[in-house]
Amino acid sequence: MNTGVFVLLATLLVVAALGVVLARSPIRSALSLVVALFFLAVFFLLLDAQLIAALQVIVYAGAIMVLFLFVIMLLNLQEHPAEMARAGLRFLAGTLASLFLLATIYFTNRSGISNAQGMGAIPDGFDSTAQIAERLFTQHLFAFELTSLLLLVAIISAVVLAKKKLA
Amino acid sequence: MMEQYLSVLVTFCLAAGLVGTMVGAGRLLGPRSDNPVKGESFECGNPSSGSAWGRFSVKFYMTAILFIVFDIEVVFLYPWAVIFRRLGWFGLSEMAVFIFILGLGLLYVWRKGALEWD
Amino acid sequence: MLYRMINPPEISWIAILPVLLLSATAMLTMVADLWTDGPDREGLGWIGLVGLMATAIAAVALWNTKLTSFAGAVVVDRYGLFFTLLFCVAAGLTLLMSMSYLEQTDIRTGDYYSLILFSTVGMVVMATAADLIVVFLGLEVMSIAAYALAGIWRSQVRSNEAALKYFLLGAFATGFLLFGIALLYGVAGTTTLTGIAQTASGATAEQRTLLIAGMALMIVGFGFKVAAVPFHAWAPDVYEGAPTSVTALMAVGVKSAAFAAFARIFMHTLAVMSPDWSAVLWVLAVLTMTVGNVTALLQRNIKRMLAYSSIAHAGYLLVGMVAGGELGGSAILFYLLAYTLMTLGAFSVVIALGRRGQPNENLEDYAGAGFRSPFLGMAMSIFMLSLAGIPPFGGFVGKFYIFSAAVKSGYIGLTVIGVMNSLISVYYYVGVLVRMYMTDGGVEITQPSSRPYLFATLVVAVAGTIALGLFPSTLFEVARQSFLALG
Repeated sequence: MNTGVFVLLATLLVVAALGVVLARSPIRSALSLVVALFFLAVFFLLLDAQLIAALQVIVYAGAIMVLFLFVIMLLNLQEHPAEMARAGLRFLAGTLASLFLLATIYFTNRSGISNAQGMGAIPDGFDSTAQIAERLFTQHLFAFELTSLLLLVAIISAVVLAKKKLA
Repeated sequence: MMEQYLSVLVTFCLAAGLVGTMVGAGRLLGPRSDNPVKGESFECGNPSSGSAWGRFSVKFYMTAILFIVFDIEVVFLYPWAVIFRRLGWFGLSEMAVFIFILGLGLLYVWRKGALEWD
Repeated sequence: MLYRMINPPEISWIAILPVLLLSATAMLTMVADLWTDGPDREGLGWIGLVGLMATAIAAVALWNTKLTSFAGAVVVDRYGLFFTLLFCVAAGLTLLMSMSYLEQTDIRTGDYYSLILFSTVGMVVMATAADLIVVFLGLEVMSIAAYALAGIWRSQVRSNEAALKYFLLGAFATGFLLFGIALLYGVAGTTTLTGIAQTASGATAEQRTLLIAGMALMIVGFGFKVAAVPFHAWAPDVYEGAPTSVTALMAVGVKSAAFAAFARIFMHTLAVMSPDWSAVLWVLAVLTMTVGNVTALLQRNIKRMLAYSSIAHAGYLLVGMVAGGELGGSAILFYLLAYTLMTLGAFSVVIALGRRGQPNENLEDYAGAGFRSPFLGMAMSIFMLSLAGIPPFGGFVGKFYIFSAAVKSGYIGLTVIGVMNSLISVYYYVGVLVRMYMTDGGVEITQPSSRPYLFATLVVAVAGTIALGLFPSTLFEVARQSFLALG
């Protein structure tokens, strides 16, 4: 991957991610999240994962964000600015998150999963979508059919819990 | 490898440029007046009361979650479409089962009246 | 354009027959509800019962089969079939008690029945899964239906609260499980249990590190579902707030399904890693038994008390996992069977004491109940004594097997702690009986014989609890064969 492109994208991604955390208005946070998810999708593209990139945009930046916005409006956070968690808890959360990051970096380095290995493995003309599809409809066929059942249960549950008048 | 996405990048740059130009031009060229009178209601309009931020009805949420569920269903159609020919009849029948089960979901939503705005 | 055709994986319809039958029943119930008019939905319960019966018959018919299907994603073996039968019993009794219980609630929607069946489908999938993705999907089908069921009594604030708490914490825990699955996949390069077992048996030091991290995350995920301390905080509120019949299903079905997958993955697939996980489970078992039992002493609400009791029983089951081996594994299966019957029975008594608009869930409401309804008193005595582990009931035999497995494996300290916990539990279980027989007051009781479905549930649960205590060796042999089918 071109280092220049990477640095540019990484910077934009981090800025967008910071926007999610630092914005005071929940709507702005949500919109920053859209931007962050979008840059994440570009990263997937750079890693030759076209399908994941497309799904990232369709499902996360599209559908899930719509839900986020509805929930924010449903809760009407504007009139009740989010109460800040206690300083101790925030410190704890920050420490744990940092430790997690450090541990991830440490183990990634130690396990020898280097950039070169990850990138070199994919041959030219590799069609990731077809590969994923082939696996999905052979190896994971049962899981695929089960997913439809899961989605059906999700539909019923949503209606049972949120429908105003149940017939 | 990334060259094929160059056109996407160009489109994004053009879109951003166009929006930026239009908004910027409006800012630069248009007349601006910021005074309290401008914010008042016009002629016989009522003075506004309270915040414009009301709580949304849970009905919107219902619609949103149903949208997501069926959106995720569509997600499975993309990889399927890519290898549709190679899967042959077997692939068609498997997807038919998938769609049938979700079709039941649609039937359910419809009969329960979850698509109505009551 | 030339293209290479893709060959479908080998599909054995027999292997998924129980799941197919049950899913079809669930969908049929759902569709039938859409065209049912009027408030009476008992017919849906009957459809469910017939479907569960068919599933159970299929499972019995398959008893001597052992085969994997769908590229190794599903497996039919006695282990999975044992749990399939267990879930059919649990869901069947739940449906039966619901057909009486729903009359005393405001739950009028037929979705109640279809969601119970969908949840059961998820449980069966978890027990017969041979692939981590399938385990995960089964868990989600089961859990999402359970979240909705917890909140299905929508006019009750505490039911809403239960649904929200269960959903938020459950989704969080599922995240841990999924992360653990991802790490195992990262190490093994496959999600099938056989592939992971192969990798685990020849793991390098680096792979071991990742495997341990993955196992730790999975223990958190499963620990939540079985309500093991310290992942139990949701259980009392959810058990108290959910409609009682749903609580019963959560206490037995969800817990057993989680244990089914937990034990299959840890005691079989990752058996070679047992030195690494058994120490962690040892601590979890001690914490779960002790916190569960001690906190149960302080409860004044019977549903909360039973919630803590179910936490404590998760602790005993973890002792079985730590003990490991053929004996520990078989003891877990036997214990789950006994636990299912006595816990469902206890919740049926809770339902029997309640009336419309008057749940009567406080321990004071049980005063004198033993005299006003001798049958209920007798049933509750049996369930409480069995839960406390007093002979000659199923609960006693289950505990006996669990603790003897622990002793055989050399876990003397753990056994001592377990037995002491058992003694503590006698105090609050017998406390209920003391109230029922030695105090006056209490509430008016509808005789259970006037509610045929509830009566039937109680009779089955009583008969099962006694039978397991009187003829344990036959059923233990079945449990042993089921567990051995893993190997």
